This record gives sequence, structure tokens and C-alpha cells, in this order.
Amino acid sequence: MTTPLLSLQGLTKAYPGVVANDQVSFDIGEGEVHALLGENGAGKSTLVKMIYGLVKPDSGTMLLRGQAFAPPEPRAARADGIAMVFQHFSLFDALNVAENIALGMENPPAMGDLAARIREVSETYGLPLDPYRTVGDLSAGERQRVEIIRCLLQDPKLLIMDEPTSVLTPQEVDILFETLNKLRSEGTSILYISHKLEEIRTLCDHATILRLGKNVGECVPAETSARDMAEMMVGSTLQTPERSGREFGEVALDVSGLSVPSPSEFGTALKNVHMTVRKGEVLGVGGVAGNGQDELLGVLSGEITTAPDAIKFNGQPIGKLGPTARRKLGVLTAPEERLGHAAAPDMSLTENALLTGSVREGLENNGFLKWAETKSFAEKIISAFDVRTPGPENAARSLSGGNLQKFVIGREVLQNPDVLVVNQPTWGVDAAAAASIRQAILDLAAKGTAVICISQDLDELMEISDSFAALNEGRLSAPRTTTGLTVDEIGLMMGGAHGMEVAHV
Amino acid sequence: MDLGEINPVLLVASLMVAATPLLLAAIGELVVEKAGVLNLGVEGMMIVGAISGFAISVETGSPWLGFIAAAIGGAVLSLLFVLLTQFALANQVASGLALTLFGLGFSALMGQSYVGVKPPSMGDIHIPLLSDIPVIGPILFQHDPILYLGIALVAAVWATLRYTRVGLILRAVGENHDAAHALGYKVIKIRILAILFGGACAGLGGAYISLIRVPQWTEGMTAGVGWIALALVVFASWKPWRALLGAYLFGGITVLQLNLQAAGVAIPVEYLAMSPYIITILVLVILSADKSSAPASLGRTFHASH
Repeated sequence: MTTPLLSLQGLTKAYPGVVANDQVSFDIGEGEVHALLGENGAGKSTLVKMIYGLVKPDSGTMLLRGQAFAPPEPRAARADGIAMVFQHFSLFDALNVAENIALGMENPPAMGDLAARIREVSETYGLPLDPYRTVGDLSAGERQRVEIIRCLLQDPKLLIMDEPTSVLTPQEVDILFETLNKLRSEGTSILYISHKLEEIRTLCDHATILRLGKNVGECVPAETSARDMAEMMVGSTLQTPERSGREFGEVALDVSGLSVPSPSEFGTALKNVHMTVRKGEVLGVGGVAGNGQDELLGVLSGEITTAPDAIKFNGQPIGKLGPTARRKLGVLTAPEERLGHAAAPDMSLTENALLTGSVREGLENNGFLKWAETKSFAEKIISAFDVRTPGPENAARSLSGGNLQKFVIGREVLQNPDVLVVNQPTWGVDAAAAASIRQAILDLAAKGTAVICISQDLDELMEISDSFAALNEGRLSAPRTTTGLTVDEIGLMMGGAHGMEVAHV
Repeated sequence: MDLGEINPVLLVASLMVAATPLLLAAIGELVVEKAGVLNLGVEGMMIVGAISGFAISVETGSPWLGFIAAAIGGAVLSLLFVLLTQFALANQVASGLALTLFGLGFSALMGQSYVGVKPPSMGDIHIPLLSDIPVIGPILFQHDPILYLGIALVAAVWATLRYTRVGLILRAVGENHDAAHALGYKVIKIRILAILFGGACAGLGGAYISLIRVPQWTEGMTAGVGWIALALVVFASWKPWRALLGAYLFGGITVLQLNLQAAGVAIPVEYLAMSPYIITILVLVILSADKSSAPASLGRTFHASH
């Protein structure tokens, strides 16, 4: 048997209170695309940080081509041919492409030579990129190209990719996969981290599955069904949310001709958005992050006010009303950012329950707060949505992402909204919790609530929504029924490859 | 009122002197802020620099040793800020304010025996040939060396930030410290060096007031120049040459309004006294209307949590 490129043996890393990796061992062969699968919190990120030298293992060894390998810092890992594309891009918005790439290299050539090499490598791999553009102006797909080219310029032996497709349109994913296949054919090994099972089945030669920090199994993805892999990840049988056939009522929310500038500098203005949602209908809004999702949520929640007639609730103009007035009417929202937007991180769950629940649940009396009722409301959310926490007096910050997400969604769902707008309801939530959140949204719709679900997870939108529209540079496509919609059509609604050229390699 | 008494050549020459303390403090703070740290202790570091430089040059008789001591004094005080913000991860705004208050009090204590003492004079450099040119000579080429050092520092900071790898790494740390850390750069180390540089520059600026501009020691003699320097960095959009422009504008109007007061212009003194602040801010606000914005990590505490 040939020596594997990288061999991990019994890697263990513990943090106070949690063992992130427990005796993890596996091998990555030369020219192999190896998938690392696992739920959020399964220890994938910690594991790759150890390979990349950002974290030191407590015990265990790594062998690179049979030689002991223990990088004290990323610089050393890079010198040994390990390169990494991060999940949250580690780019500097205010700097240009060439400067960003120079920062990731040990001995960068002069800027002019570097720019020429960037052009050369980007052409070779079908990833056109202008070295002098400011990174802050690039699309997500182009930003990822910057990271990939930064890695390729170092001629890596092992390329680590942490959830590379979470921000890409389907067309951009195809371009990326062509590049990765070309790299594989040149002998580069790739460690590919994802929880998107279909992608792994198309791309990867071998998969290692982590659960709660342990290696729970390996498989050949092409020969294993997505469902089997998912169950290995979760460790139990998956509940698919059930959607009961239902009739839609009259129009609950009517948005017409809505145009607003973005409140933030790098935001996207909404341009002439039209949509209607009927009672009992779930409208899924897809699109790559940064195409106006946050602004759409702001406009619907009342954080950004508009012309009164642009938004109508049951025929009544509400465009000028603020969030509290809209809540009173029954238009509720749950924003994407859990810490800081949906919840105040350092306040207790009881206080957070009060923040959005006071109007509809009657938790205030002439400006005085009813703490006893608030506490029981918080407890109701905790028990109804299986939020794992010692009690409602704990700070929101102390909850894990998934648990807090269950809390903030549950808080709105239990207030019996007439219209519910959620942004990324299952972002960073494990599969079991995500399934229960989706089920709660569908149950709410079955009771006649109009739901708008903004999400970047297309599988999620296909699973729960009745109609689908996509945001692209602040414009909303015309909503279409989800039944029979193909991935290609969705991709085109999302703006195709965003003007990026398809790789010809 | 006799405006004819104002000598334009002397006026321009003295505006450069008036602007130099501000310029030195601002260029130091600009580097600190480019590294993503907001140090509001400029005033405190200046005044400590002023008394350190004053005391050492009186004791040794050498203004050069005085300026070196001032730079060291400012840097040592900024070490306190380093300890608070980079190791104890304290809030930068509160730590900076504490630094200013501490510096003002501590300098008063250090300076008790130096009130009324006259420091040794540094003397001006008369650049051969150039300083003999009429009008331009006295304006540009007959100054003390520290004034030229200030201008050289602006040029050096500009070139370093723009053309060198060190400058690129410094900007990267200020722009996105998490990403810089992920690439393996030592965020804390780079920030400490930047803060020390800022402290040394502020110290030099303070000593310029006590050794050259005034020259004597009185309590609280920096009189808010440190705060103007902070504002200048923001309004100059973190650009070195714009900071120089702002400093000269401020210095120029300060000198001009003093001359106008002396000439007895029929404008109330209070309006004249506030004019440098108003005009500098107005001009820089107009200039800063372009797109360039603050370093994205400015004022945020970095903690390497893996």
C-alpha cells in the first residue's frame, strides 16, 4: 500500500467543558478528494485547524508522507504544502485582490509580478480575476476565487476547503467543481468539509464522518445514499417535515413597487419589489447572501419604513409603521443574526422573551413589566421548542447557536402571528433541530399564517415553501410554484453565475 | 487696528512651528488607528512627553537627549495602555481616557520643580544656499530639526503604509484582525508596536511644545492639542498627507488669529480663539466626504479564540 499524503492518528483536542476531537484517525491519499462530514459542533473545524497549525492537538500525531508533522503555526503548514480556504472568507474588504493574496504568501514577489502571476493562474484554472479590484466590491463567488488563487499560488499538496459552496449559486458551484476536478487530476489532494450531501456524492472519493468529535464511520460517497450518510451524521433516524395539503386563504401581505436604499454602506438597495403572500402559504425567498435579504427583512419588520402603500397587511397600509405597531397587528419577524439582532446576547432568556413578546402577550402594564408572566412565557418557549438550557434566567449568549435559534423562532411562533417573516431560520443549526424548526413553520402555515422564509439553503426552501422567488441585486424575481421547479431554473432566478465566466479547462 | 504690522513671512514660518506638535501626535495616532486600535490617551502621552523631554534637557543641557527622553516617556506611558487593552482586554475608550487623566496628573507631579525654569535652546538649521533665498528661505529652510523630522515622518508613514509589506500587514490587522490571525500574523504584537510608535510620536509632539514652541513648563500646557490630533486623524480619513494639511491649516489659523488679536481687529477675541477649531473641522469634513472609511476593526478588542 502506498503511503498516504496525510495520516491522522488519534488526534484529541479538549476545550473546557467539551471534547472537540476525541481520538480521530483517518488517512488522505495523494490526489484524493476526501470529504469530512458532520453536524455543526461535530469538531470538523477544530480538526482542520489542527492540520493548518492554528490549534495544537492535546495528543495524537499527524504524518505527512510518513514524516512526523506538527505545524506550530499556519506559516509552517503552508511551507509544507497545506493550504486552506476558509468558511468565512478571511479577506480584507478595503484591500485589493493582489494585496489580499500577498498577505497569504510567505515571500510575495513585487506587486507587478504578483499581479501577472495572479492573471496567469486564474486563466489556467478558469477563474478570471482582476488583481487590482477592491475585494469589498466583489461577489461571493469572486471572493472565493481570491482565496482559491491565493492557495494555488503556493502550489499546495493538500487544499482544505471549509464549506466552500454555502455562498454560491448552483452555476458557481459547477465552476468550482470543474476547478477542483482539474486540481485532482494534477495530483493535489483536497479535504472537503461540508454538510451538503449531494455535493459530496458528486465530488468526493472518500468520506469520513464525525459526530460529537469522534470518527463514527467512513464510506465511499458515490456508493452510499444521502440519507444513510445523514443518519450517520446525526446518529438517529431523520424526521422529514411533513407538509399537509392545504388551501390558501386571501392575501395577507401585499408588497408592491417597494424600493428603498440600504441603510448600510456595503448593503444592497431594494429595487421595485413585488410580492403577495396568502394565508397559509409559505413563500421561500432564495438568493446568495448580500443581495438584499437583510434589507427585505428590515422593510417587512418595520426597522426600515417606506411609503405607507408599499406594504399592505390585510389591505391596510403599514409601510410607515414601526416594528412594535406591526407586531400589534400580527406581523412578526425573526432576523438572521441571532446574537445582537434577534436576541440581546447578555440579557437573560426571560428578558429576551419580553423584548418581542410584550405587545402580543400582554407582558406590560402601563410601562411596568410583568416578570412572572414573562418568565412563564419564556418557559413555555423552552419546553415547546426543546431549548436545551438550565433555565430562562440564563443569558442568551450562553446557549449554543442551534438552541438559541430554536428559542428565537419559538418566541415568534408562539405569539400566533398572522404573518411571520424569518431570515435563515436554520442557519448553523444541526439537522434534527432544523427539522423541528421547519416543522414548526409548516404547522404555523397549516393554521393559516402567511410565512415568508428568506434562506440561502435551497434544499430547505424546496422542502417547506409553496412558492419560490429569488433576490438578485435587490430585485425580487416573480414568485413561482415550487412543484416542478428545477435547480437550473432556480439558479437562473438567482442571477446565474453573476456574470462570472464558466470555466473552460 | 493695523494689519500692516503682520509680517506674512514670519506668519507662515511660525504656522509651521505651531502645527508641528499636532502633526507629530496625529501621525502617531494615525498608525495606531490603522492597526485597529483607538487610543484616546494622546493628550496624556503628549504631556508626559513634554515634561520628560523638558526635565531631561534641563538636567543634561541637551535638547536632543530631551527629545529622545520624550519619545521614551510617551512610549512608556502607552505601555500602560498596551497592558490594559491588549492583555487585560479592557475597553479601549475607557483605557484611553484613563491614560489621559493619569498623564495629566502624573506630569504635574513630575514637573513641580521645573516651573519657571528655562530649557536649553535647540537652535535652527540654516540649510546652506536654500535658506538664503528671499521669502522662501526664512519660511521653509530656517527651522529646528524636529520640524523637519515631523515632515519626514509623514512621508515615511505614507510610503510604509502604501509600498511596503510591513505597511500592508499593519493595514490588514486593522482591517480584519480575525482574518489576519487566521493567516498567521501576530495581531497583538503588531498592535503593541503600533501603540508604542504612537506613544513615542505623541511624546515628541509634547516635547516640541515645552522645548521649542513655548519654551517653558506649565501644568496642562498641551491644552487639548492631543484631542485635536485625534479629531484630525478621523477628518483626514486616515491619510498621512491630509493629516499634514489639516495640521498646517490649524496651525496657520491659530497663528493668524493671534496676530489679528495683536493687531486689534474688531472681532471679539472669543470668536478669533475658536476660529482654528471651526475652520479646520469644516475643511476636513468637506475633504472627508470621499469614500475612504475607518479601518474596519478600529476599537474592537481582539481575542484569539480558537
